[in-house]
Amino acid sequence: MTDKIKRPDPALIARRYAAEKRFRIYGIIALTLTTAFLAVLLTDIISRSIPAFTQYHAVLDVTVDPQSVDAAKPSAGDFEGLAKAAWRAQFPLATSRADRRQLNNLISNGGGDELRRRVVADPSLIGKTVSVPVMLSDDADIYLKGQLTSTTRASGQGPLSIRADGENVFLSGQGIGPGSIVLAGGGAFKIAAEGDAAPAEVIAAPSAAGDVAAGQWQILSFGVPEADRKLADRPAVWLEMMRDKGNIERQFAWNLFLNGDSREAELAGILGSIMGSLMVVFVTVILSLPIGVAAAIYLEEFAPKNRLTEIIEVNINNLAAVPSIIFGLLGLAVFLGFFGMPRSVPLVGGIVIALMSLPTIIIASRAAIRAVPPSIREAALGVGASHQQAVFHHVLPLAMPGIMTGTILAVASAIGETAPLLLIGMVAFIVDIPKGFLDSATVLPVQIYLWSDLPERAFVARTAAAIVVLLVIMLMLNALAIYLRKKFERRW
Amino acid sequence: MDKKFQAVVTPASPRIMTERPARIDAKNVNIHYGEKHAIKDLSIAIPDRAVSAFIGPSGCGKSTFLRAINRMNDTIPGCRVQGDIRIDGKDIYDPSLDVVQLRARVGMVFQKPNPFPKSIFENVAYGPRIHGLAEDKTELEEVVVKSLQKAGLFEEVKDRLNHPGTGLSGGQQQRLCIARAIAVSPEVILMDEPCSALDPIATAKIEELIDELRQNFCIVIVTHSMQQAARVSQLTAFFHLGTLVEYGDTDEIFTAPQEKRTQDYITGRFG
Repeated sequence: MTDKIKRPDPALIARRYAAEKRFRIYGIIALTLTTAFLAVLLTDIISRSIPAFTQYHAVLDVTVDPQSVDAAKPSAGDFEGLAKAAWRAQFPLATSRADRRQLNNLISNGGGDELRRRVVADPSLIGKTVSVPVMLSDDADIYLKGQLTSTTRASGQGPLSIRADGENVFLSGQGIGPGSIVLAGGGAFKIAAEGDAAPAEVIAAPSAAGDVAAGQWQILSFGVPEADRKLADRPAVWLEMMRDKGNIERQFAWNLFLNGDSREAELAGILGSIMGSLMVVFVTVILSLPIGVAAAIYLEEFAPKNRLTEIIEVNINNLAAVPSIIFGLLGLAVFLGFFGMPRSVPLVGGIVIALMSLPTIIIASRAAIRAVPPSIREAALGVGASHQQAVFHHVLPLAMPGIMTGTILAVASAIGETAPLLLIGMVAFIVDIPKGFLDSATVLPVQIYLWSDLPERAFVARTAAAIVVLLVIMLMLNALAIYLRKKFERRW
Repeated sequence: MDKKFQAVVTPASPRIMTERPARIDAKNVNIHYGEKHAIKDLSIAIPDRAVSAFIGPSGCGKSTFLRAINRMNDTIPGCRVQGDIRIDGKDIYDPSLDVVQLRARVGMVFQKPNPFPKSIFENVAYGPRIHGLAEDKTELEEVVVKSLQKAGLFEEVKDRLNHPGTGLSGGQQQRLCIARAIAVSPEVILMDEPCSALDPIATAKIEELIDELRQNFCIVIVTHSMQQAARVSQLTAFFHLGTLVEYGDTDEIFTAPQEKRTQDYITGRFG
């Protein structure tokens, strides 16, 4: 009699393979979804941020009037006034108070900065006429970037007749209706809203009177009606005319990287908050790295294994899970309330974030120390090294890449930390770039939070740009962590 | 005390055992790992300038006892050593004794080659450096070269002393570890299965080296290979279940053991 040899059921094998295939498909679906979300997020933020990296300027011939600029103290001169006057001089017909105000609004409050820089560098320019880029205001800037409204220019079909009748000017041509804006012969007209025969409003006078041939004139129309738009028709037409003359120039927006915060979007920059972030991170690293690594070494290598150290260990692990806002409350109560430290300063921010990142650093460092093979420790002890020598000469250098990786990741998340800093007053409008650890400052993520709240359209792009900068910093830190790990990784 | 578990020591080993005084003298040693009683009332006297091999089945406590001789067991949590272990008449578990000094005098070579992830030179120089054994750089270099020569490694690595020790082959790494151990001029060298991770050729080299080192050191080697014990040792101790069953001249242990258990183990009846 022979035993029946048992073979696995073919159906069972088929089911096993099906299960494996299903699992793979789940994995691929999950990966695809996360990648898609990430791609959508990044494309959205980056595409929003692009306008913030450039800034429109009007290139104007500005006469540096000695009346406005004192040769003895050129930096105190009224360069903004000079720049605005030169801008207004471009539009001789715009003389009413309302027109002047609208014209001034197109120039940034920092419009004279470039001129000031040049004159301070070279005082001999006083009294001369300088061709200088004058920064446009945020409304003008985003109009020119096409963010306020779409603009279309239709080339005029047939001839355009311009007929002056006393005070009034009448236009007739194919396609012109109430509300049309006509650009012709270097001038600009807006047809009054009512009636075909209504007089046109002259926004700018043409260089020559008389009729204009077909193709030499254009009808300008906007996608968004005037009432729904930040910039009315007249300022928009002025900008269009300047653009036609070739006097508008797009430059890299250095302001974004070189300025502190500002209420004017075109002047607002992230340098102040980046400095604040750097100072906070500096304080964080100086405090949390030595304390964290020392605590990890003590707990892992020297501490007796008893109930007390067990409780400490459990609590360190719990601390890592405490919401960050709690740390902010702690900072508020202890550092500001009890010790009376100043509010919104990087020193306190750094201390609070150091407390927050300590558990992460301790846990990462302990894992790194534990990962060093015991054979290395035994080898050191075996030749008569003391416990401390074994740890500091052999274990720690081998654990260093792991410790550095953990620390950098903790710092990277500390850079992105916002909530605890809100509570200790680092959420403030601070124009000055902080110069010390006790100067009021804000940090990059808080700056993003502040800007995202502002109503001006131009801040949308600026917010996105600040987010991109923050992401780039994070990516660089992560890359550094990977590089350090690869560089110092050793085999044993 | 139960007579059955007492080691039979003296009668079978007249030559080496009587020629020289004991270097390591252990009496009534008990070692516990937490609840586990790993070494039970063990007494042994190990002479100088000879190789003593500890053999026995896995888990019999031979490594545990070996590690008690230079107090490496101190690093294991829950491990307690009771009894009296003396080297040159000095109690090594005396609280006033400096364990670091002890380990400098009692070197150790481990089962798996464990060079530091540093250069070959630094591996050997580390011990002399932390003990301040060399006055200056030239003296340190001398010590390193001598130790490497004694370990029979110098000719193979003299051109690459700055290369990492971990880049050597397994056998070379183990000889580097031996060089590292003898660089601090110990009196006793403990070897915990030094050849178990090596191929036969590397093993032969290490065995040759052990035979040479015997001239100057008291060597204790734990091994699983009875052939190795027969080849390199002058004295053999057979451990079983935490007790020392028999200790005597290697020749006699292998040819005419006193105890039936030794006989059974050597002939492969268990183990």
